[in-house]
Formats: sequence, structure tokens, C-alpha cells
Amino acid sequence: MNAASQASEACFHCGLPLPTKIDYRVTIEGKERPMCCPGCAAVAETIIGAGLTDYYRDRETFSPKPDEELVGLPNELAAYDLPELQNTFVHRTENTAEAALMLEGIRCAACVWLIERHLKQLPGALEANINYATRRMRIRWDTEQIKLSRILEAIAKIGYRASPFDPAKAETARRLERRQAIKRLALAALGMMQVMMLAVPVYLAPDGDIEPDHLQLLHWASLLITAPVLLISAREFFVGAWRGIVNRRLGMDVPIALGISAAFAASTWNTITARGEVFFDSATMFVFLLLTARFLEQEARARSGDALERLTGVLPEHCQRFDEYPTSRSTHTVASAWLNNGDYLFIGTGERFPADGIVVEGTSETDESLVTGESRPVAKHEDDEIIAGSINVGSPLVIRATAVGMQNTVAQITRLLDRALGEKPQIAQLADRAASWFVIGLLIVTAFTAIYWWQTDPARMLPIVIALLVITCPCALGLATPAALTTAAHRLVRMGLLPSRGHAIETLAQVTDIVFDKTGTLTLGTPAIAQVTLLGKVNEAEVIAIASGLEASSKHPLGKTLRAAAAQPREAIELTTYPGAGIQGTIDKTIYRIGTLAFVRDLVCTDPPAEPQTDASCTVVALGNEQGWLAFFHFTDMLRPESREVVAALQAMNKTVHILSGDSPGMVSHIAAEAGITHNNGGATPEQKLDYIRALQAKGAVVAMVGDGINDAPSLGGAEVSIAMGSGTDIAQSAADMVLISGNLGIIPPALKVAKTTRSVIRQNLRWALAYNLVAIPLAALGLVTPWVASVGMSLSSLIVVANALRLARSNKNSTVERVKK
Amino acid sequence: MDILYLLIPLSLVLALLIGAAFWWAVDNGQFEDLEGPAHRILQDDDRPMR
Repeated sequence: MNAASQASEACFHCGLPLPTKIDYRVTIEGKERPMCCPGCAAVAETIIGAGLTDYYRDRETFSPKPDEELVGLPNELAAYDLPELQNTFVHRTENTAEAALMLEGIRCAACVWLIERHLKQLPGALEANINYATRRMRIRWDTEQIKLSRILEAIAKIGYRASPFDPAKAETARRLERRQAIKRLALAALGMMQVMMLAVPVYLAPDGDIEPDHLQLLHWASLLITAPVLLISAREFFVGAWRGIVNRRLGMDVPIALGISAAFAASTWNTITARGEVFFDSATMFVFLLLTARFLEQEARARSGDALERLTGVLPEHCQRFDEYPTSRSTHTVASAWLNNGDYLFIGTGERFPADGIVVEGTSETDESLVTGESRPVAKHEDDEIIAGSINVGSPLVIRATAVGMQNTVAQITRLLDRALGEKPQIAQLADRAASWFVIGLLIVTAFTAIYWWQTDPARMLPIVIALLVITCPCALGLATPAALTTAAHRLVRMGLLPSRGHAIETLAQVTDIVFDKTGTLTLGTPAIAQVTLLGKVNEAEVIAIASGLEASSKHPLGKTLRAAAAQPREAIELTTYPGAGIQGTIDKTIYRIGTLAFVRDLVCTDPPAEPQTDASCTVVALGNEQGWLAFFHFTDMLRPESREVVAALQAMNKTVHILSGDSPGMVSHIAAEAGITHNNGGATPEQKLDYIRALQAKGAVVAMVGDGINDAPSLGGAEVSIAMGSGTDIAQSAADMVLISGNLGIIPPALKVAKTTRSVIRQNLRWALAYNLVAIPLAALGLVTPWVASVGMSLSSLIVVANALRLARSNKNSTVERVKK
Repeated sequence: MDILYLLIPLSLVLALLIGAAFWWAVDNGQFEDLEGPAHRILQDDDRPMR
């Protein structure tokens, strides 16, 4: 037990002196401890009740006195420890758990920093990342060391409120916040207009033209109007500044609050003593302009569409579950949160899938556009995989759930995106630190300026100091950089490319070389019939009909292709499969064989009349019967339709495209030639792939690796940025920095463009901020700027950087097409 | 010019009233949907069914 808590005459919980008349006591670990008020007693009791007695052992100073509002909270928080409730928002691994929380009360970047630091001090809290723009927090903790309720409590203790992310709640919170913002803005606007009205006569009239009594009246009226504007509208600046000071982390609210209060205090003093100038007009205008800028930014951000909210909102709350499939067809409505893996679900037409699953019954089409960005409906047959959040647009389906709750694809996407947004890339960290230093530097400059003017011209000191505090604008650092990164990430998700690491966007912008890590990324992966060589008198349609009849029950991919090609397969009997050779069967009392050349020759007993193409790029299947040879089928793995265009588009963007593959060199060079790739390397082992990338990097290249994300992990890890082809449900396994959710390569060129634009937007903002402040600060320090000009200048500057950052949200629908067609 | 002693306080009271009215309007949800009501007035409820 530490020294602080041993003081006997103070409240054990908060350390304040005890009341003399009333006695509150709480028994903690067998000892009666004095409490100063029922609030402290209630909090202490809740802590003990929740088995968190360690809290008193671990604390370094007394706990803050609880707010009236927070007293009842811990009980409510304890509910979040229930496993049933956690199912909906906690992702568990062995003994760590991860949750996405929504935070209320965040006002500035310093809040983010405070909460993160506070949580890192909690034993058992492993990781806490907050995204300032979305107000969401991702937290990972050790389930053996700490309970979620205690984390939530720790957050509540420093004045914020965290709750599991719930789209409906988020919507309500946002609406309330918006109402507050409108009210503050309106009050500031009204106040500004009134004060301006009273100030204009003073500005217009020649000195001494207005009677001193009337001047006093105008000043007092202005004071009366300005006071509520400051108290209500400008409250968030003061709160933000105070937090910054308490946490020794100075955000941009500090100079703002100082400027406003200096202006108000000086004006009030001058009004009371009836001497000197007043700056009520500048103060109200400054508050109004700043609030306008913030309001516009919030609105634009809300409208640009938060990809996360869009995604979390798509899962249905309820669904129809079969009680005993397949014995009974009766269903019950259950909450999606209570589903288990293996449940059989009925999904009607137009409904959304609540979980990942596999089709058990029925044929339909699904619309996966919200999840993968792919706009065309996808056909689903039995045994096909279903992605949670997609819509059943065809006929009703029965599916077996394979990933429910936090395991389903939508939850995984959300989690990865959350992580990406929570991790601050270097550029954002730099901007954060720079903003803090900037404010400290500004305060020092202000102090010197004040001293100088005090000695040369005391009357001018105040307006100059106010102008100096007001005119500086660190917005590009603290606000615009995170806004740009978040906007870009959401835009990429909408396109179908999910950034899962914080640095992905920044690195993607610098990529010089793109390496496709297998041929499979460029090809469809399923063989197609490239050519049919007829050897007998039977025509092509008939040959395919016979072949597909023989392959009727084959599981071989070539067999599937043949079946798909045949319009009307012939019926074959006595089918025998010879593994590694082929299939023999009887059609119309004639024995047929399909398979390798040698296998068919054994039946035909003669050499074929023509030689099959022996190209590394294709596979040959022969067909013959007892009378003679019928045909050769040449199968080849076809390029994806978009591959060639993508490669050409990338090359047009001055990127070098490579292909690295473990497949045979002949096959790889064939595919490379088809796709127009000159740098190709077949037969590469994983080590050789890594060496190849290292060699590229040694020459100064920044490498992006496109692979399937599961195999070849070393080479994916070796590249600066890796992009995995996520085919629907295996997103979670991917270790890549970005996941191509739709599997459409066509997204890569426009995504590169978005990343590049993001980078240049951030740089433009930083450059603008540097230039603006370099010009504005000396001007203000020399006394060339009046306070009201300063407030206009600052507001304009912050509007410019934020508007520039939000420009990234404007998606150009045609860009994909344009880019690829070039 | 002594009328100023009446007019300025009066303008303050007026501003206060305007502020209060606006405050009420925001709390009443008047600014939630700025598009919908404009269209709603064009949709007749009493139009005969066709």
C-alpha cells in the first residue's frame, strides 16, 4: 500500500479531507476505510464488488472524485464482461481479446493521446489505438490480467465514455453532437452579428465623435453579448486547451483559447475602467469562423461516407434459423449475435446474410457489392461460399453458417481497417509531434513579442498579442493529415482494396516496382479449352459431348471445364477411373478412353495421325475409341480478362511490372508474354523470390508484391507493401498490408493513383501551413495585422487545408475504366 | 440620442428571443432533415387512387 492512501484523515478514495459530522466507511480487504462522500463510497464499493481491489494497490495517487453522473456507471460496465454480450463485439484469440469501441467526448488530438497513454499504463492492456477522425478505438487486452469493464472504467475515469461500437448508438451520438454543434454555431453567429452592429459605428465615426457615455453603452452591450458566446460556443476550445495543459501536450486549442481569453479579459477591463479599445468584435468573429470551419469539416466527413459504419451497418440483426435441419423445416427468428457455427439458416430473397456460410440448398445470385466492391451479382450453387453482408438477390437459400459473430468477413474487414486507421503512419506521427512543438514555439515567440511591445508601445501590446495568438494555424498538422489519410482509406475500401496496415497508403504512393508473386494472380486459375484438334471424322460438338459424358462424375478441373463446354453430354456407362491416366467408359456399346496420350494409345493401338502441341503453357488431353483417335483437347490457364490492361496501365504509370513464380519457366514466360510483362522469373523457390525482391530493393526500388497472401509469406513480408488477393472469406488469414477484397486487379492502378494523390495532398497542406505561418507570424508580431484580420486569416487557412484533404473523398467513378483503357 | 438607451437594450432582448427560438428549433429536430419537407409538401395524400 502506498503512502498516499495511508493518510487516515483523508478520504481513502479521492484523498479529500473527511467531513466532520458524517461518517462513510467501506470495508476494503478486511479494513474499514473512510470515505468523504456517498459518491466515493459507491465507486469504491463497485470496484470491490467487481473484484478489482487491486486497483487500490496499483494506483499511484488518489482517484479523482467521481462525477455524479459517473457514479452509477461501473455496474452498467460490468455487464460488458458477460460472454454473451461480448460475442457481438469482441474478437478472441487464445488469451487475448480485441474489441472495437466507440468513444464519446473526444475533442482534439490530445484527447487521443491521453486515452492511449492512460490505457497503456493499465496492466494487461496490450494495445490501444484510437482513430481521431472516426472516434473509434481498437483495444487488445490480456484476458487473464484484466477485464473489459475495467478498461471501460479507466476510460470513464479520465472523462470519456467508451461503449461497444453499435451503428445505431453511433448515429444517435452523432445526431446529438450535430445538434450541439449547430446550437453553438448559431449562438456564435448571432453574437457576432450583434457585436458587429455595435462595433461598426465606433469604427466609422471619427475619434471623439461619439459621446463617451454612448461609447460606454456600446461597450457594455457588446460585453453582454460576447460573454454567452464565450461561455457556450467557445467552451470546447477552453476544454481542449485545459486538457492539453494538464497533460503537458499543447494542441492548437491552446493558442486559440489564450487569444480569445486575452481579447475578452482586456476588453472587459477597458469597458469597466472606461478606457482604451475593446476587441469584442474580433473575439466573437473568431469563435464564429472557427466553429464554422469545424462544422463544415464534420459535415463533409459525415457525408463522404464512413466505410466502417457502412460495413458494420450491413449485417442484419435477426435471421431465420432452422431448429432441426434437415429433419424439420421449422424456423425461428434469432438474433444474429446468438448464432453458432454449423447453424442452418434460411435466407429469403432480398435478405442479407448474417454470417459467412456455405450453400446447402438452392441456387441463387448474391450481391456482394457492399463488401467487396464488385457490382455484378455472383452466382451461388450448392457448396459455394457466401460472404456475410451480401444480399440474396435470387431465390431463397439454405446455408450452413461457417463464421459467425466476430469471425465473419465483414467483421474481419472492419477489424483490419480499424487497425490500419489506428496505426499512425510515420507522416502522421511526425505531424503530431510537430504540432506540439509548433505551439510551444509560438508561445515563446508571443512572450518575446509581448515584452518588446510593452517596452516600446504599451497601448499596442494587447492587439498585437491577440492577433499573433489568433493568426497562427497548425491545422495542417493536427487536423488535415489524419483527415486526408482516413478519407483515402475509406475511398480505397469503397473501391475494393482494403488497407490493413497504417503505413500501406503512404508506402503505396512511392512504389516503383510491382511484382506479381504467382501466375495465379494474373490468370483465372481454371483451365479453359484453348483448342480442339480433330483427329477423326467426328465434329467438334460431338467430340466435346462424348468427352463430357466420360467426365460426367470427374472431380478433375479439366473434367469440370469439359462438362461446362458441352451443350448435351452423351450418356456413358461402365465408367472406370485410372488415376493419373484417364477415364474409360462405354457409349453406345463402344469403348472410349479420355486422358493422357499413352493411356489412349493403349486402347487405339496406333499412333495418332497428328502430333499434339507440346507447349509448356498448355495441357493436352486425348480422346479415342476402339476404332481410332478422335481428338486432342488443348487446355490452357487463361489470363484474367483485365490482366493485360492492368499491366499496360501500370507500365503507363512508369512502374516496372515483374512476375515471379514457382511454376515452370516455360509456362511463366508464356503468361508473361500474354500479359505484356518483360521481367519474368519462373521456377523460383520462396528464397529465390525473396532474393529477387532484395536485389530490386538494393537498386533503390520500392516494391509492391501482389500475391495470394497466404503462401509465400516471406516474399510478401520482404516487399515494402504487399497486396493479397482476398477471395472473399480468407481475408483474415492474410498477413498482407492490403487486401484486394474484390479480387479484381483492375483496382490496382486507380488505387496507386489515390495513394499518390493522398501523399501529394498531405504535402501540399504541410507546405501551405509552413508558408502561411512564415508570412503571418512575422506580420502579426510586427503589428501589421489587426485582430479581426488575423481571425479571418486563420479560419481561411484551416478551411483551405481541410477542404484540400476532403477532396480525396470525391471519387471519380470513371477513373477505373479510364485508367485501364489507356 | 438618448433613445439609444432604450434601443440597444431592446435589441439585446430581441437577440435573446431569436437565440431562444433557434435553440428550441434545433432541439425540436427542425434542422435534422433539410431536404425532405420540401418534397413532402408536393406529395398529396388525398389524391384519388388510380
